[in-house]
Amino acid sequence: MENKLIKQISIFAENKAGRLEKITEKLKSANINIRAFTIAEAGDFGVMRMVVDKPEQAHNVLHDAGFTVSETDVLGIEMSDSPGGLHEISTVLGSNDINVDYAYAFAMATQKALLIIRVDNINNAIEVLENSDIRLISMEEVKQI
Amino acid sequence: MIEYWEPLIERMPVDELKAIQEEKLKSLVHYVYNHSPFYRKRFDEAGISPNDIQSLDDVRKLPFTTKQDLRDTYPTGMFCVPQEQVVRYHASSGTTGKPIVVGYTDNDIKEWTTSLARGLTSIGVGRGDVVQVGYGYGLFTGGLGLHYGVEMVGASAIPSSSGNTERQIELMQDLGSTAMACTPSYFLYVNEVFKKMGISIADDTKLKCGIFGAEPWSEEMRRRIEEQTGIKAYDIFGTSEISGPLFTECAYQDGIHIWADQFLIEVIDPETGEQLADGERGELVVTTLVKEALPLIRYRIGDLTVIRSGPCKCGRTHPRIMRILGRTDDMIIVRGINVFPGQVEAVLMDIPEVAEHYQLVVDREKELDTLRVQVEVTEDVFSDKISDLMVLEKKVTKALQTVLNISARVELVEPGTIPRSMGKAQRVIDKRKI
Repeated sequence: MENKLIKQISIFAENKAGRLEKITEKLKSANINIRAFTIAEAGDFGVMRMVVDKPEQAHNVLHDAGFTVSETDVLGIEMSDSPGGLHEISTVLGSNDINVDYAYAFAMATQKALLIIRVDNINNAIEVLENSDIRLISMEEVKQI
Repeated sequence: MIEYWEPLIERMPVDELKAIQEEKLKSLVHYVYNHSPFYRKRFDEAGISPNDIQSLDDVRKLPFTTKQDLRDTYPTGMFCVPQEQVVRYHASSGTTGKPIVVGYTDNDIKEWTTSLARGLTSIGVGRGDVVQVGYGYGLFTGGLGLHYGVEMVGASAIPSSSGNTERQIELMQDLGSTAMACTPSYFLYVNEVFKKMGISIADDTKLKCGIFGAEPWSEEMRRRIEEQTGIKAYDIFGTSEISGPLFTECAYQDGIHIWADQFLIEVIDPETGEQLADGERGELVVTTLVKEALPLIRYRIGDLTVIRSGPCKCGRTHPRIMRILGRTDDMIIVRGINVFPGQVEAVLMDIPEVAEHYQLVVDREKELDTLRVQVEVTEDVFSDKISDLMVLEKKVTKALQTVLNISARVELVEPGTIPRSMGKAQRVIDKRKI
């Protein structure tokens, strides 16, 4: 199960100009590639979340630069890049009573799309999704995308 | 075993102390009347003659002196000795008005230093100790004042002054500092730098205590410092006008001992000027009983405190003042409610998720005062879930509302964004143009 978990990097950031630039500059100079990225805003502050190819290194680089960083386990779900693709996943999650804290998604080059979700009971979610023949993307695969 | 610097004086029965104070007060009023045109005029205007002061209670008859008096008589208009008897000057920076100059005779320096020697001894600092003095040296009284006290008790003084934190840490480790004297906010910053360097005050230094002052700090902040660094954190009190840093807590941390053979203290109602009873909260008023160059009669420092008389567990009989949460100068009025930064600090430090650095920003939007309280989000509390952060914001807002009855907007900010100070921390930014 462990290899199904994706290490997401979350960064606390004040909602003001230039913060993103500081963060991306650190990642660039450490040669870290961002695979998925989102910003959630909540008034004065926001939380940036990203999946990168080298999460541990990204964590260290940002932490050493003084940012408030945390690592969170999320799931990467492969879905069909066609109408109804997301619905197929949400049906499985909904009918099994799995609540999604947050999610973000993007299309890949291969007729597939990647959905990143955070849920409370991650192991239960893995079991449910795999039983429904939904493919989870591993950390190794994320690096290859 | 409790150590004393001057056991006979420090443990003198209260009535004997009062008799000494009475004698000194009586001669003081004659001294200032005869040596200072300023006081002569002040007494005459109030219709007071030195002969009217016959007992300690008569102190109430005397007019107050204030910081404004010192400014108005800049530089030396309140001095009672000619320049050739002055062995040292200090001066305030004058950021809030004209600067203030204070002066000392040879004996004034000796009395000042003795006061500190008693205090340092009471917290177990003496021969064999290495005291790093991180208060500013120079015109500010903090550095030099404490330095002399440290030398008097036979400890080794490191005059590191303020700033240059990496060097401070290097000295602390290489010379084996056992005590550090600085502002509590600077010490927190030093602790941060320790952590960044991957070392700790508890494991990698010989530090056993801190002598913290020059800015108000709360009991909750003390608890934090002691828990995080494993040292004992002692409060030191004083102000340049009455010499400089003068008084400390003893090892029992139960109030600051004010040496009654040197100073007479009262607490007054800041509005009416009426003397309040022991145990009542009010504004501290100090009369210097032994100062020669610049004696002050009923000087209104502006600190709000409570006097507690009666002997301390350490055996010292002199009165104590309880923790000072702020000066009347520091008080901010937000929508008609008096707020002391120290009270806000006490509320914030009682919430474990709130880190030690904070700032209050007062502004005015559309004729309405706003108070923003900025607190830093550390990795210890950052969970990645926005809802958790919102819960924290609400928790702080609610605590400020219930305890202080003020509505403040709590802002979570990134660590390190609130400026670190090498000296006195600037806790309040008032942007109102009044």
